[in-house]
Amino acid sequence: MDAFYIILTATLIALSCGLLGCFLILRRMAMVGDAISHAVLPGIVIAFLVSGTRDSFWMMGGAALLGIFTTFLIEFFHKRARLQTDAAIGVTFTWLFALGIILISVFAGQVDLDQECVLYGEIAYVPLDLWITESGKVLGPRALYIAGLVLLINISFVYVGYKELLLTTFDPTFAASIGISISLWNYLLMGAVSMTTVASFESVGAILVVALLVAPPATAYLLTDRFPALLAATAALAVAISAGGYYLAAWLDGSIAGAIVTVAGVLFGLAFLFAPRHGLLTRRWRQRRQRQALAEAAAGYRE
Amino acid sequence: MERLIEFLSFRDPSVLSVTIGAILLTASSAVVGTFTFLKKKALVGDAVAHSVLPGICLAFLLSGTKNPIFLIGGAFATGWISLLLVDKISMRSKLKEDTAIALILSVFFGLGILLLTYIQHSGNAAQTGLDSFLFGKAAALVGQDLLVFGVVAVVLLLAVTLFFKELKLIAFDPAFARALGLPVYGIDLLLTTLTVLAVVTGIQAVGVVLMAAMLITPAAAARFWTDDALHMTLLAATLGALSGLAGAFVSYAAPAMPTGPWIVMVVSVLAMLSFFFAPRRGIVSRWFQQRQLQHTILDENVLKALYHLGEADDDMFRDRSLEQIIARRFFPRRPLRRALQRLQRRKLVQRRNGTWRFTKAGQQKGQRMVRLHRLWELYLSRYLEIAPDHVHEDAETIEHILTPELEQELARQLDFPERDPHQSKIPS
Amino acid sequence: MKIEAKDPVVEFHDLTASYDKKPVLWNIDMTLPQGALIGIIGPNGAGKSTLIKAAMGLLPLASGYVRLFDRPLDEVRRRVSYVPQRETVDWDFPTAVLDVVLMGRYGRLGLLARPGKADREIARECLRKVGMEAFARRQISQLSGGQQQRVFLARALAQEADLYFMDEPFSGVDAATESAILSILQEMTAQQKTVVVVHHDLQSAAEFFDWIVLLNMRLVASGPIEKVFTPDLLQETYGGKLTVLSEVGELVRKRQIPSREKY
Repeated sequence: MDAFYIILTATLIALSCGLLGCFLILRRMAMVGDAISHAVLPGIVIAFLVSGTRDSFWMMGGAALLGIFTTFLIEFFHKRARLQTDAAIGVTFTWLFALGIILISVFAGQVDLDQECVLYGEIAYVPLDLWITESGKVLGPRALYIAGLVLLINISFVYVGYKELLLTTFDPTFAASIGISISLWNYLLMGAVSMTTVASFESVGAILVVALLVAPPATAYLLTDRFPALLAATAALAVAISAGGYYLAAWLDGSIAGAIVTVAGVLFGLAFLFAPRHGLLTRRWRQRRQRQALAEAAAGYRE
Repeated sequence: MERLIEFLSFRDPSVLSVTIGAILLTASSAVVGTFTFLKKKALVGDAVAHSVLPGICLAFLLSGTKNPIFLIGGAFATGWISLLLVDKISMRSKLKEDTAIALILSVFFGLGILLLTYIQHSGNAAQTGLDSFLFGKAAALVGQDLLVFGVVAVVLLLAVTLFFKELKLIAFDPAFARALGLPVYGIDLLLTTLTVLAVVTGIQAVGVVLMAAMLITPAAAARFWTDDALHMTLLAATLGALSGLAGAFVSYAAPAMPTGPWIVMVVSVLAMLSFFFAPRRGIVSRWFQQRQLQHTILDENVLKALYHLGEADDDMFRDRSLEQIIARRFFPRRPLRRALQRLQRRKLVQRRNGTWRFTKAGQQKGQRMVRLHRLWELYLSRYLEIAPDHVHEDAETIEHILTPELEQELARQLDFPERDPHQSKIPS
Repeated sequence: MKIEAKDPVVEFHDLTASYDKKPVLWNIDMTLPQGALIGIIGPNGAGKSTLIKAAMGLLPLASGYVRLFDRPLDEVRRRVSYVPQRETVDWDFPTAVLDVVLMGRYGRLGLLARPGKADREIARECLRKVGMEAFARRQISQLSGGQQQRVFLARALAQEADLYFMDEPFSGVDAATESAILSILQEMTAQQKTVVVVHHDLQSAAEFFDWIVLLNMRLVASGPIEKVFTPDLLQETYGGKLTVLSEVGELVRKRQIPSREKY
């Protein structure tokens, strides 16, 4: 039963991340996602210090605001200080992440967070923290409900704004020309990314969540040619890496989150090499076959 | 405070060696970071930094020791592989570079975490200390570790000194470098190697997670103070060294603390100060420049109004009250009074019982403004064929920036005109 | 040489547009007629694309204004269509030809609405018009340059607008596509729709357009082709930039001059 809970939680988180990640990679904003996931850390710690608990909505809201603030700060450094974009991203998130770690070590006594949790989460403990009603009924792990709720929010967001998100991603100038606000949808998307990384933080930590945002969509992108198919393949990959990662971790006795990411990396590698149309080796083989066919045809022609 | 003095006295020889070590490591990575920054490849450093973790763990697993030479070797290997993969993925697939970077850094880090936890859980006694590579521990820089890391840092600095010219050129203009016949590919390879080495040395002090900051932040801060690549490199090194010093102090004062976050915090604060307060480029100084400019524009407009008044009654040096000036051209009273005071200080107007009049210099300046305005109006209507009733607004802006050379050029192109499109006289 | 249009559909009033505070178009003041195929001609860096971007509100204006159908843009957005340059989008995007054309319908749909059967029918019809109906389900990365341009044109047709701004629709396309696009544009103007095209090839410009706008950082001429397409005006357009204008523009950027002063 524990295994089931852990895999289910991981799957829900991976689904949320993958859904948003599909947009991030097509917008060339994967590193902004990386920056946000690091930068929400001080928000989480401060919200923790204020509210004293890990799973309040205040904490999620506060930390998510910090994620949007990060997006704003990156823009600010870029536009106002005229710092090149890559450096603006790098300076901003390392600074905020350092702040978060310092807060954790300074308030070590008051905060039930440690560096391990920051780095790779504590998904193994998910089944231990149960949601029990006042009447004593056990409803299952609390993290499971949070992950489910976040997934629900993300799905509704993408459902409602599907057209706008798609168009501002594919052709922002055209989108602006028909009156869709590029920056509004950008900030909404970044808000969703922040909320999702905050919610995933406890299970997979601040760094590995990036892999969940990027690896399944990148893999799926090599396997598909249509956006709905991209979403479906991402979802399938999310399930596969969660289950695969769990068993790999159990076998090696290592971090579950680390193992999930490793599996995601391996699957990406396979797709990169062997994807039916876009794989590196498949393309090479196809070219070789074509060359051979051409050579044979030429030989036949000469005879 | 006491501790700080005690620390800075370096009475404890190990404190001195830790400090020297930390400074060397942070400064050398800042130096290399300057070039990745200039090449606009700052985030690639982040990928390398995260990717050395599995290398360190694998080296430990295979060798079974914490010997720094093995660990550095492992880190170097996976760091290099990660860069290669980022390149391959962004060149050979439809994925873009940002996705490739994010993917490689997170997957390699995930693998590193898996290995690290595997080592920890398998209960190997010698493993304690591997996790100091995560967030850095300057205090651990003693004995053999210091020696090895120090040597790598020195090699790094030497390499940059030797190839400074070439590195600068390919960061600035690779096409030109290729045209000059420089082995661009080779120098790129060198920079890549140096980047990996910089990460490998920096991790002992800063840790893999925040190592990217040591490559990016000092360079970004230095950029705000200078346009010269050499000065920028030296300044980045200094900022890096300062943060290294802070890291060593933290390590000394609070041995349980990871040093990386503190080092990054110090260098980030230095960078933010640069972003805001650096002369010329800083946000605040640019805000001041903007305000200065607004004042200049206002002052020049007041001079113009005075000139127009003089033109109207053919007497440039009559006393004018605030009301008269405002009637000629609207200004809010307070800014107008301030502008007049500024002009008085510059001896362009004189004040006499609440009224104002031109000095000779002021009259000339006002005349020049009016001349520039009318020249520009004429230029617009003659060369851009803009209707006379549309040229005034534009001239209102441009009159403030025309240089004497442009004034000459305009007059020449317009054949030294006497009248503007509204048939007002263009003063000479 | 500036000829005003009767019953203009587009009016530029004293418009100055800047990139990064540097003015690239100075004081454009002109009107464009309805039902014409209008070519915007000028050398590289003349501000041709900037002009139609400014008309579509895609750039902040340093001064002046644009009115379309004698109204501000926001009131008539549905009647106006914009076709960006082909290179501005990522053709590796995971989507099919028909989906791109359907995007032309998005402006008419509310937040939650999805394109319906009628929209699909219109999109297919537009694909047919550009001769791409066989490619409806094709992934866009498999298209040639000319085919990509036809898809963009189909998307614009699907908007069912009355006024079209197109950025270099003839650039990098094959001869067959060129004549196909041209005949569609002519058909559109025959239906009293107005088409404004940024174009860089002088040779073909003479054959394509009814009305010509000559641009080089400033408006050199605007009017019916027979009046404007003269050697003198072309010489003035292509005979080098007004150096004073570019130098002053550079000064404006360097000193970060506010575009209009407060008082």
